Amino acid sequence: MRLRNLLKIAIKSLTRNRMRSLLTSLGVIIGVGAVIVMVAIGQGAQADIEAQITSLGANMVMIFPGSSWSRGVSHGAGSQNRLTLDDADAIRERATLVTAVSTEVRVNAQIIGGDSNWNTSIQGVDPEYQEIRDWYTVSGEFFTERDVRAKAKVAVLGKTVADNLFPGSDPVGERIRIRNTPFKVVGVLEAKGQSAYGSDRDDVVMMPSTTALYRLAGGRYISRIFASAVSIEASEAAEEELTAILREEHNLEPGEEDDFRVRSQAEFLETATETSRVMTLLLGAVAAVSLVVGGIGIMNIMLVSVTERTREIGIRLAVGARGSDVLVQFLTEAIVLALVGGTVGILLAVGVSVFLDRVIGMTAIISPVIVALAFCFSGAVGVFFGYYPARKAARLNPIDALRYE
Amino acid sequence: MSAVIEASGISKIYQMGEVEVHALRGVDLTVEDGEFISIMGASGSGKSTLMNVLGCLDHPTSGEYLLNGRDVSELNPNEFAEVRNTRIGFVFQVFNLLPRTTALDNVELPLLYDRTRRIKDPRAEAVAALERVGLADRITHEPNQLSGGERQRVAIARALVNRPSIILADEPTGNLDSVMSLEIMELFGELNAQGITIIIVTHEHDIAEATGRIIEMKDGAIIRDVVNVGGQIE
Repeated sequence: MRLRNLLKIAIKSLTRNRMRSLLTSLGVIIGVGAVIVMVAIGQGAQADIEAQITSLGANMVMIFPGSSWSRGVSHGAGSQNRLTLDDADAIRERATLVTAVSTEVRVNAQIIGGDSNWNTSIQGVDPEYQEIRDWYTVSGEFFTERDVRAKAKVAVLGKTVADNLFPGSDPVGERIRIRNTPFKVVGVLEAKGQSAYGSDRDDVVMMPSTTALYRLAGGRYISRIFASAVSIEASEAAEEELTAILREEHNLEPGEEDDFRVRSQAEFLETATETSRVMTLLLGAVAAVSLVVGGIGIMNIMLVSVTERTREIGIRLAVGARGSDVLVQFLTEAIVLALVGGTVGILLAVGVSVFLDRVIGMTAIISPVIVALAFCFSGAVGVFFGYYPARKAARLNPIDALRYE
Repeated sequence: MSAVIEASGISKIYQMGEVEVHALRGVDLTVEDGEFISIMGASGSGKSTLMNVLGCLDHPTSGEYLLNGRDVSELNPNEFAEVRNTRIGFVFQVFNLLPRTTALDNVELPLLYDRTRRIKDPRAEAVAALERVGLADRITHEPNQLSGGERQRVAIARALVNRPSIILADEPTGNLDSVMSLEIMELFGELNAQGITIIIVTHEHDIAEATGRIIEMKDGAIIRDVVNVGGQIE
């Protein structure tokens, strides 16, 4: 039988039971819609995270202190802190693949200023830090290279800190006290918002690395070194170069393990992307279950339909239809049901995604691949769940089918 | 004259639980091309079973059945379907038209399943078949808009449409009043005059009288087989 006739017959018998066909495809509509919307939300979240990481400087390379081992027991990252300001200077001097280098010294302390006090994280950094992290002041100025050399008692406040200590006024020029040392506020940083992991990036005070190290932290070890690779593509090569420089600086013999770790933002990006990709997959998989349930709905209705139309099948067989003709006919009906459901589901999903994106403000990205995949999958659901009822119809004996009451 | 049907020793045994029902017990039947035959008999005499076997709707348990000289008792289901489609037209007592489907679509149905020839315009052939049974003005009517006689005419058109050599009708007038029955028998007479072999099953003697040969069955066997010329049994 020709395809045109098959489709005509299928559509005719489906429209004969409009309500039933509608409810049956509703299962597929919801299934396909859920898959597409869930994946769109997942991919939206993925894009958000990527954008956030990129906003921290996509070509950033970080150096952490390594972990120490004794008798096979790891003491954890940072347990063997051997990064010093000298290491940073060595990189500045010799590295060719990085454009900017900054140290970071982290200290937690209470800040007293205005009429209030605030407990926050202090980051002792170098002026290049602005460039590396793409993070500049909105008010006042960042401190300078001279301030670093002079261990100047100047501070730049994050938005959260500024808002808490000096609500409603510009803190530039104000004085604050940290561990009984007076500091002058020289600038306020632009707001960066939440990090990808939920912490408030604006809850920070920055000051020259030397000031933080010698006046607040004490000792000679710093927390991290940041550098900017010349490009994202050069990140990996820059990592290798920095590793080589630091190994030499730390007098490590070949074969000895690194006592530091080098990570590029590109790697973080990869990890975060991988994480959200898994999440997207999970969301999609959960939604796919509803598509399978929709398929079972089709199978159920097709079984009912085969029983109801036993006489019709008998007539068709009596006038010369083969079992395969009947099989294809019922299969076509199931596939049409599923594909109509799939198409409506896609339209619905596009509508919901646009609504989420424009009205709710969630990022939802519909990928054509998923739409195509969902459409094909709904067709496959039709074939898979339509096959059993169709085969049941095809195996009927014409005489029995004709006598069926 | 050549034989359209040569059946010998046809038997059909149904297994009803523990009991074996012998619906046909070694029927021998030869039908020449162009004959008009009626098969009579009481309910359960096996005439419908014989029709189903002759119509390739059912396999005999044993026996040899040659249709147009070809042995069809051993065919597989697809070959069987092809025989039903192209060589036999079957007419039922209860019409067996597709409900909510126009007369034209009903008549076109066998053509859609024909794999033996490429049919250029199945609709035109279906219209021609409907014209042949006198329903040219009813082609877009659905079965529930047609009288019983008209429905049976649609069913006959469907049986005719793929040019079979033989039409089998199982009590075609069983659900019709006497006027309609007469019309249907006249139609069969016309078709027979055009050269189509026709076998009908009937209960009614006056229906059987309109045919050229009357076969009577009882308990799954033929007990009488006579030639009927103008109501005079020879």
